[in-house]
Amino acid sequence: MKKISIAIMLAGSMLLAGSAGAAAVDELLQTYAGQGAGAADPGAANTLWTREFRPAGADQDRSCATCHTRNLRQTGKHAKTGKPIDAMAPSVNGKRLTDVKHIEKWFGRNCKWTLGRECSPQEKANFLAFIRGS
Amino acid sequence: MKEKLAILITTLALAGVAGEVFSSDDDEHRGAAWGKTADVAAVSNEQYRAECASCHLAYPPGLLPAASWEKIMSGLSDHFGDNAELAPDVTKALTAYLVANGADRVNYRRSVKFARSAGNSAPLRITEIPYFRKEHREIPARMIKTNTQVGSLSNCSACHQRAEAGSFSEREITIPGYGRWDD
Repeated sequence: MKKISIAIMLAGSMLLAGSAGAAAVDELLQTYAGQGAGAADPGAANTLWTREFRPAGADQDRSCATCHTRNLRQTGKHAKTGKPIDAMAPSVNGKRLTDVKHIEKWFGRNCKWTLGRECSPQEKANFLAFIRGS
Repeated sequence: MKEKLAILITTLALAGVAGEVFSSDDDEHRGAAWGKTADVAAVSNEQYRAECASCHLAYPPGLLPAASWEKIMSGLSDHFGDNAELAPDVTKALTAYLVANGADRVNYRRSVKFARSAGNSAPLRITEIPYFRKEHREIPARMIKTNTQVGSLSNCSACHQRAEAGSFSEREITIPGYGRWDD
């Protein structure tokens, strides 16, 4: 009996986490809109996901897919250390897109590493829409 | 609906199992922190683990001198070729933890060896420290560099299964594809 009530509590907290995720994305989309981003275009992010870049100092081409693979529902792998990276898709990994600071940190690091520059507010909005729908 | 409920229950059961595993892991860490089993202090800072272990093992701070940690943490925008920038307040908090627990600031057996070996130098890589090199020099490349399950000496936990707990005892080494290391 106790187990069932724990199960219900856990299920409840999972639902809360899910709605918090939506809140994080909505908050950021609003921020990016305030910085000049138009409507988010997931298709554009889909294209950018596999476009290859070679920033100064890189010895190989890089794309988002280098580490995260082309399939957002799949586990990725860090290009250098080989450490597994949990799937990006919220449909298989409920922790994704739930924390504004976390999202901004990784946009900062990964845009600079992959593209060799920061992503624009429009690009970030596109990525959020793309990942959210995956 | 029934199917969904079954999936939910299975998920919860699995989460329960994971919780068990994590809590026994915590006990080990606690044991290690008392210095009974650890030759280096176990990683004891959850923020450090959360921020740094996404990409690599949370290296126990007692494997590098404090001055090394200062250098590493002040250059996160080019962290061995990766961008590993953190918010300024997080950088500050983690630097404080790493420096306070650096090899030359603690009294753990193996940390003392690392600190003595590094001397006045502040290497950026654990693998540059002479003591580390001496301990690993007999291992052939096929077991490390060309071993796809290891890849590099930086991947401590591939062979030292209890690296994050600060335990690097020779008895505990298992090299993937080769088994126990016996020199």
